[in-house]
Amino acid sequence: MTPELDNIPRLAPGCRLNDKTQQPRTLLMPERALRLNGPSLEIVERCDGRHTVQQIIADLQKLYSKAEAQRVQTDILGYLALLHDQRALDFEAPTA
Amino acid sequence: MPTAAHIAPPLALIAELTHRCPLHCVYCSNPLELTQRANELSTEEWSRVFREAAAAGVLQADFTGGEPLARPDIVQLVRAARAAGLYVNLITSGLPLDETRLQQLIQAGLDHFQLSFQGAREEPANEISGTKSHAHKIRVLEWLKRHRIAVTLNFVIHRRNIDQLQEMLAIADASSATRVEFANVQYYGWAFANREHLLPTRQQLAHSIEFIKQAQTRLQGRIRVEFVIPDYYAKYPKACMSGWGRKLMLITPAGEALPCHAAKIIPDLSFENVRNRHLDEIWGNSEAFQKFRGEDWMQEPCKTCDRRTQDFGGCRCQALLLAGNAAATDPVCSLSPNRPAVDALLDLPNSAAAIELTIPQPAWLYRINPVSG
Repeated sequence: MTPELDNIPRLAPGCRLNDKTQQPRTLLMPERALRLNGPSLEIVERCDGRHTVQQIIADLQKLYSKAEAQRVQTDILGYLALLHDQRALDFEAPTA
Repeated sequence: MPTAAHIAPPLALIAELTHRCPLHCVYCSNPLELTQRANELSTEEWSRVFREAAAAGVLQADFTGGEPLARPDIVQLVRAARAAGLYVNLITSGLPLDETRLQQLIQAGLDHFQLSFQGAREEPANEISGTKSHAHKIRVLEWLKRHRIAVTLNFVIHRRNIDQLQEMLAIADASSATRVEFANVQYYGWAFANREHLLPTRQQLAHSIEFIKQAQTRLQGRIRVEFVIPDYYAKYPKACMSGWGRKLMLITPAGEALPCHAAKIIPDLSFENVRNRHLDEIWGNSEAFQKFRGEDWMQEPCKTCDRRTQDFGGCRCQALLLAGNAAATDPVCSLSPNRPAVDALLDLPNSAAAIELTIPQPAWLYRINPVSG
């Protein structure tokens, strides 16, 4: 499921990043683990229940300013949808 | 033979904390010979094992048993594994547990709660576990709803409950689970002894596969539905343990390091103990882990088969149990010369099932408990 831009992604219960001191950085999940680096790590670090999808996109567009902005947005929405379908992510609606 | 320097660390450590258990399930995967309480690793020894595992690169610890909650130090063990840097899974029957202890486990850093079920209906579920346990599990599900923790329900499937999948899924749907496993019994340990009463019929299996497909589509994005078929019916073997000595390491209650749950049945194979040697060295260098690692040990048809990098020849213990040779191709494989013996085993449930299902209660061989000591 693709999120709305004002959704707030948050790692699902039982999904967390390993400690900053542990390498490689890894998203730990029930029965699985996903190695993260570069943009995937930047995205998942922001799925903390405090950033909207819009804010994550803006941050990454700044970090990867050489990449085409529209492409960055498409890739992020696709990645968030993938993590959601794997039950690694919840999309919370903004509080009014 | 690969050497230790080139071997990637295990992803997960399966910690059999104890063989004690309040349930007596007729398909228990524990060995027939169980470890006594007096021989169990202490809190300090387990804590050291967790630190060695994390330092070697292990990511997850699967607490299992027996019943891990039978350890009075279970909260300390969760805390120790978390402090070492591991992701902590608890695989449990939910007994003995009250809400206070659940809270303590979660506060200690438990990441994932896997609750096993023997069925969807109270009476038949209790028959399988040899204990009044089902109603308590339903209460545990209610407590879990009040916490932010990953929950998986593990339904163990066999001939006498495979027709209840819909009711099982309804239990999951009403819970906070994000994952459900419908795992058909695999035939080792106590399950091997009770096999003739547990093997589903071909028709039951076909219905269940169809049901699971629909459930997976309907629940996508909400609950992950996973299904493990009984491999006697498979065309190709399972990638047992994701390959021998590739991803998983099991520690028995007494500290022996095994490549899989049943490995001790393989004759002439000796196992090292974490009491005497560093976990990382056992993983990389011990005879038991090297024995069936890689491809050098393989026989035909595995040796030249394209699938050998996917299924790693299947299960060594099953090869021993069904072909009398742990290095043979897993006999469930349709390419194995021993496959006719497996087909012969399937004749019984598929011819006599209708009659057998009317038997109120088969002569189960219930799992006993380790003798106290």
